[in-house]
Amino acid sequence: MISSIISEIEMQSSFFSPPPFGGSREGITSIYFGGGTPSLLSTKDISNILEATYEYFNIEEGVEITLEANPDDLTSDKILELKSTCINRLSIGVQSFYDDHLKFLGRIHTANEALTAIEKAQTAGFENLSVDLIYGIPGLTETQWKANIDILTKLNIPHISCYSLTIEPRTALAKFVEKGTITLADEGESISQFYYLIERLREKGYEHYEISNFSKPGKRSLHNTGYWLGEAYLGIGPSAHSFNGTDRWANVSNNVKYIDLIRQGLFSGEVEPRNMNIRFNEYVMVSLRTQWGIDLKKVSLDFGEEYSASILSGIKSYMNSGLLIMDKQVITLTNKGKIFADRISSDLMRI
Amino acid sequence: MSGVKEFLLPSHPQMKHIRNFCIIAHIDHGKSTLADRLLEITGTVSKRESQAQVLDDMDLERERGITIKSHAIQMNYNLDGQDYILNLIDTPGHVDFSYEVSRSIAACEGALLIVDAAQGIQAQTISNLYLALHHDLVIIPILNKIDLPAAMPEDVKDQIVELTDCDRSEIIPASAKTGLGIEEILRAIVDRIPAPKGDPDAPLQALIFDSVFNSFRGIIAYFRVMNGTIKTGDHVMFVNTGHDYKAEEIGILKLTKSPRASVSAGDVGYIISGIKEAREVKVGDTITHVDRPCPEIIMGFEDVKPMVFAGIYPVDTDEFEELRTSMGKLQLNDAALVFEPESSAALGFGFRCGFLGMLHMEIIQERLEREFNMTVITTVPNVSYECFLTNGDHLVINNPSDMPDPSRIDYIKEPYIKAQIITKSEFIGAIMTLCIGKRGMLQGQAYLTTDRVELAFEMPLAEIVFDFYDRLKTVSKGYASFDYHPSEYRQSALVKMDIRLNNEPVDALSALIHKDYAHSFGKKICEKLKELLPRQQFEIIIQAAIGAKIVARETVKALRKDVTAKCYGGDISRKRKLLEKQKKGKKRMRQVGNVEIPQQAFMAVLKLD
Repeated sequence: MISSIISEIEMQSSFFSPPPFGGSREGITSIYFGGGTPSLLSTKDISNILEATYEYFNIEEGVEITLEANPDDLTSDKILELKSTCINRLSIGVQSFYDDHLKFLGRIHTANEALTAIEKAQTAGFENLSVDLIYGIPGLTETQWKANIDILTKLNIPHISCYSLTIEPRTALAKFVEKGTITLADEGESISQFYYLIERLREKGYEHYEISNFSKPGKRSLHNTGYWLGEAYLGIGPSAHSFNGTDRWANVSNNVKYIDLIRQGLFSGEVEPRNMNIRFNEYVMVSLRTQWGIDLKKVSLDFGEEYSASILSGIKSYMNSGLLIMDKQVITLTNKGKIFADRISSDLMRI
Repeated sequence: MSGVKEFLLPSHPQMKHIRNFCIIAHIDHGKSTLADRLLEITGTVSKRESQAQVLDDMDLERERGITIKSHAIQMNYNLDGQDYILNLIDTPGHVDFSYEVSRSIAACEGALLIVDAAQGIQAQTISNLYLALHHDLVIIPILNKIDLPAAMPEDVKDQIVELTDCDRSEIIPASAKTGLGIEEILRAIVDRIPAPKGDPDAPLQALIFDSVFNSFRGIIAYFRVMNGTIKTGDHVMFVNTGHDYKAEEIGILKLTKSPRASVSAGDVGYIISGIKEAREVKVGDTITHVDRPCPEIIMGFEDVKPMVFAGIYPVDTDEFEELRTSMGKLQLNDAALVFEPESSAALGFGFRCGFLGMLHMEIIQERLEREFNMTVITTVPNVSYECFLTNGDHLVINNPSDMPDPSRIDYIKEPYIKAQIITKSEFIGAIMTLCIGKRGMLQGQAYLTTDRVELAFEMPLAEIVFDFYDRLKTVSKGYASFDYHPSEYRQSALVKMDIRLNNEPVDALSALIHKDYAHSFGKKICEKLKELLPRQQFEIIIQAAIGAKIVARETVKALRKDVTAKCYGGDISRKRKLLEKQKKGKKRMRQVGNVEIPQQAFMAVLKLD
């Protein structure tokens, strides 16, 4: 698998140059090991992958290199090893500092392991940390939620991602809910946890730059911000998604097929057909979730007056009900609107 | 034109060399495949030009594997040195079209009875067989698909002997797929089916058994000449409609139309006379000459009446006029479709349409979508009620929301049917429970063989319009076939049930229900709507009411949040598609008061458990 990944890196070396639509593209500003459990990779594998990346791509100075990690993988030794690579940012899937919640979520780490992992990473010199929390977990009390947030702010974690618990169809959790083995938290609780979260992190000097993401000034995830601002990205490995600024595609997800295709020197993704409406809908959906919002001037320029006019007519009722605000041609969600982002963007889409 | 006509030959084969026959078979028992084989072997179509299943030439028909409208085709066949004309008159295979079947049968002297050797006789086959026996047709029983591993030829032969009273040796084993038995069938058609009788010199008397619409030529009527001769250029009259026409073109039906100077008694042909609308050509009508009319019309003519009614509305309210045009075009080639404009508070402007049955309704809906690119909302179907008022007036109600106030109603009558179900004996109990639950009354029970039984019920037609076929299939694990015929109107204790959403009545969801079933029905429909109504930013109260009395109630909780937690690189396309789908669904919704109702909610009662 690692050798296939490295082969794919080589195969894709021309991805960012020449740029797909004119102008000169700057070098890579972010490398991200994510999806699945990349912290299982040996230091050697990580180094080999990074070496190949440096060999075949133009990497900017100050590049953000993130590794997603589970707390239980972040032993003292592992942290020291990681520190010896070029990785300069860790995204740690803590989820909660309460064992009950971790058990409910099916995580194998303990609250204590989570705390220790963060502290050790910081001691080892990983200052640029991102920590994930989940709210809306059945049984998560107000006090516990406050405590979860406070631990992170006290540890001065510069980047926090907080997700409302989502039961994905066809998962074990979905089955338990169906059978009645577990009862979901009341929607009202999850909403008040969200409002507490955004208020508390604002007080502590965090910027709420995307619905589920918060950062200290200058510590936004360069990587995810790229997704939301429509920048090109290249995904390497099975099931990885890519976007070249115009088209999107995903690699095959089956490992064996992936390895086989790479061995034959074949590109394994299938490009999605995309027209103006699709690109517009994507822009609306993604931008509305961010603090930068929908920029009407950009809409007129990129898609045409017809599209900005349809947004203007679509936002009226939402402005009246206080879910959206418009300032200097930029439309953003109010705090009240943030919990209805999907419905609003769906309404503004064109089909 | 007159020059062309002189070259046309008359079609006057000797009557003793003509055979007219139809095929009686259940869906999937191999009728179309067998017809294809007959056409191939007689050289009517070459194998190369044979589109699989030649007779079913509508896309829809081919997809559903059923023949919706009948057609006819003439074959030439030489047996022992003698040339014969074989006219195959195809029959529709669904209960909605049983009148058309009866007219096709009336045009024949014989019928091929095709029975699937693995599945045995089905209810539809039996009722068509009875029709054929009633018209004194000679039956040629064929045991098809005998090459199937699951075939039980001896059992099925027992059933055939039992039903047709034939000699066991008369049953022809065949496989339309492999071609086995086809020669023998052709020989039997010639040997066993009698030649038609009739007098070519008598006054013209021809039976219209079908018609098709052609966008260049207008309506083409298919007929069987019983007596007399019809010639191109003749001045003819369709007796029941009273219209008269010039026979612009007369001909016989090969794979394509084949013009002739004349067609005589005993033969089958077509007439084109510039008729623009299907309703001018009524199946079962008699064609005769204006100058020398026949003394008697052909018996059995009926005006086809719609049995099932539903509202059809454009999804996009601006498309009402376009829908009207499309329905008009559909009616040109489907005279059984009737419609008139109506308006609904919930759905806006649309049409109340009458159909022959549920399949006919589905076909119309699909043709609107496919051929005319219309997206429509179809409401819950209902039957036609007769409402007798206390002041002595009498109303025909085709839409439950037109029902007058209960205080003005003396009584209501609803249409009943005679239903026939054939099943395996192990399912009798389950089927009885189902039918009795649908207000059915058992009329008879007869064993066809030791483990196949025929059940006869009387039931209100309204009960089979709602969710009957699917349930029958489920309780019998697919081993039940069903057929029905309308019988009469009977007085019933019906009440009108209204559905209210946040206290606003939704007219398109009103239904007439027997009062004993009203509570449980109301409860089920409220539960179903609770499933189907998307949560909105406020609570939705669903109520079922009879007059002012609420009989059931459900609540759809307010949607207090609607936001995806994660939206990163790999999630973007999937998420976008999901939100686009929501937007599309919303476009198809209707608003009543402040509540948005999705399209499928209007059909909700069809899928109650």
